[in-house]
Amino acid sequence: MVDMKRLYSVLVENRSGVLSKVAGLFSRRMFNIDSLAVGETDDPKVSCITIVSSGEQGTLEQIEKQLNKKIDVIKIKTFMEEESVSRELILVKVKYNKSTRKEIMEICDILNASIVDMSKTLLTIQLCDTPERTNLLIQMLASISIVEVARTGTLALQKCSLSD
Amino acid sequence: MLGADAMAKCLVKEQVRVIFGYPGVAICPFFNSMLSVDIKRVLVRTEQNAAHMASGYSRISGEVGVCVATSGPGATNLITGIATAYADSIPLVCITGQVDSRQLGSDVFQEADITGAVESFVKYSYLVKNVEDIPRIFREAFHIASTGRKGPVLIDVPIDIQNATISKFSYPEEVNLRTYKPTVKGHVVQIKKVIKAINKAKKPIICVGGGVHLSDARKELQEFAHKYSIPVVSTLMGLSVMSTDDPLFFGMVGNNGKACANKAMNESDLIIMIGARVADRAISQPDLTMDNTVLVHIDVDPAEIGKNVGPHIPLVGDIKNILIDMKKYDAECDCSDWIDILNDYKKSEPVRKKPDGNYVDPAEFIGILSDKLKEDAIYVADVGQNQMWSCGYHKVKKGRFLTSGGMGTMGYSIPAAIGARAADKNRQIIATCGDGSFQMSFMELATMQQHDLPVKIIIFHNGYLGLVREYQYNTYKANYSVVDLSGSPDFGKISEAYNIPFFRLENMERANEIIDEFLEIKDPALMEIMIDPKDTVK
Repeated sequence: MVDMKRLYSVLVENRSGVLSKVAGLFSRRMFNIDSLAVGETDDPKVSCITIVSSGEQGTLEQIEKQLNKKIDVIKIKTFMEEESVSRELILVKVKYNKSTRKEIMEICDILNASIVDMSKTLLTIQLCDTPERTNLLIQMLASISIVEVARTGTLALQKCSLSD
Repeated sequence: MLGADAMAKCLVKEQVRVIFGYPGVAICPFFNSMLSVDIKRVLVRTEQNAAHMASGYSRISGEVGVCVATSGPGATNLITGIATAYADSIPLVCITGQVDSRQLGSDVFQEADITGAVESFVKYSYLVKNVEDIPRIFREAFHIASTGRKGPVLIDVPIDIQNATISKFSYPEEVNLRTYKPTVKGHVVQIKKVIKAINKAKKPIICVGGGVHLSDARKELQEFAHKYSIPVVSTLMGLSVMSTDDPLFFGMVGNNGKACANKAMNESDLIIMIGARVADRAISQPDLTMDNTVLVHIDVDPAEIGKNVGPHIPLVGDIKNILIDMKKYDAECDCSDWIDILNDYKKSEPVRKKPDGNYVDPAEFIGILSDKLKEDAIYVADVGQNQMWSCGYHKVKKGRFLTSGGMGTMGYSIPAAIGARAADKNRQIIATCGDGSFQMSFMELATMQQHDLPVKIIIFHNGYLGLVREYQYNTYKANYSVVDLSGSPDFGKISEAYNIPFFRLENMERANEIIDEFLEIKDPALMEIMIDPKDTVK
């Protein structure tokens, strides 16, 4: 059995406690949460929770079935990573000095990240990209000196198909 | 009209006949409003048992059981009862009082986040924030509890909401939940596949679970089995779907079940699971069992299908509807050779070794007792050795067998039996328990006496937490730890204190006579039977 990654785009009633019910379901049933992002949709009564999970085929199916049982869950769309357009916003604060500043700026250039804040010793870098590239940014900066990282978790929508 | 009046009126609209509860300040407005409606109010002696009573009531009446507690400790005491009902899919509506909504979150006196605390044990929960929502919420709660896969729903009502004025009470006729539409009808394509599988099978077996009772499909199931002559086995929760002496019935499966039932499951080429979860105690290694077998899984909850074992033919829907639909199809299935094999297994079932003659033999005792019970008697077993002996030796005729299956909650039988009495004034009701579980629940003898809900209780007294002792004997080489119940009271005196007739059976010598006396006397009555501490289930 191999672990697979799957994205769940879960539309829920925008009521208090719903996020905790969904998150609680994952912890109670030993399902993984690789990342989780939540926000209102175009309809203020509906929120969208985007969850990236990984596990065996059977587990991934159980996640969908158990989510469907939750009365606050309106609709679930699940798709594999390659079927989705997924993005993550990441902010990285790094410490710099004269000798590292140039290297940091080069990394930002290559990855299309931008520097959004700075002081005499610190830089804050922003990148909105696929989860692979946001991970890559962290890896590249890790050797320099990361002070803090904040990330939104993956947001995803199913890819448009040509027939749509 | 106050919110509390609206709550009471909602219960009237739902045709609730009885509530089990315990008051406190935060639920007082509701109890005050209950004075003006015609619904029986039963004061329990601890909140957990209010939920158990509601459970027993629901299982016999087929209605939603209602229990009520106050905020804080009242509500948290309910949790074990709620979890017990959830594990066995018993429909309950649990109402809790809550502190003033403006003070929520500030840790005031008797505040507990009960909707948060019960989240994993309820089908749904509500914290009422607006008095105008009360009719809709109650309507939805009863609907959710009693449809699809049944289960408990909790409504938490802050005291200021109970005391607020509701501008207009109108009880919704329809429930409109866009996110909740349980499947009730089985898919015809799947039904045809099942029929086809029955046609092909040489050694089919039906395994029934508690879902058959919950769907009120006992009659339909018996007809289904007999129409195709398919033998039937049962999980713990499915007991009493079939009568014990039905020629097609081969007993309970699982590690405490009958050898012939487990052999039937292992050797079968078609297993039809109906309303059962394929839980660990029933089928320990589902993957091994299912190697050369076609598995049909019929359940109202799509998430149960494939949770523990991947079925070949899943069939989602209400069991009663599905069985009625299946009856329309004919299938050729000659299982007479298979039934002969199973009957041979049944005959060679290992015989229990007779215990020390100075004590009561629980197997023989239960055998004699159930022969003497009325056809439609309700038998409620607690948890532990008394439960396992009851499963093994109680002979169900047309009655019911109730127990806490999924959660295995000690102290269930007495309150559940009292709840069953509230549902049915006339049937014979017997609760069995060990001396351990009796001491977890005997405060409810007062409830039974106060509210005229009498039942007969049998205590299997061996001075130990028998099933755990048995486990420690087998697993820890008889190094017993914290299972000795020395210090227990004289149960005869307890009985006398509650003004309940008492019987004690020391050994089998006078068993017939004493059981007769016990059954003939007017309810309630309590019997203590002395069991050898060394006696075991297996």
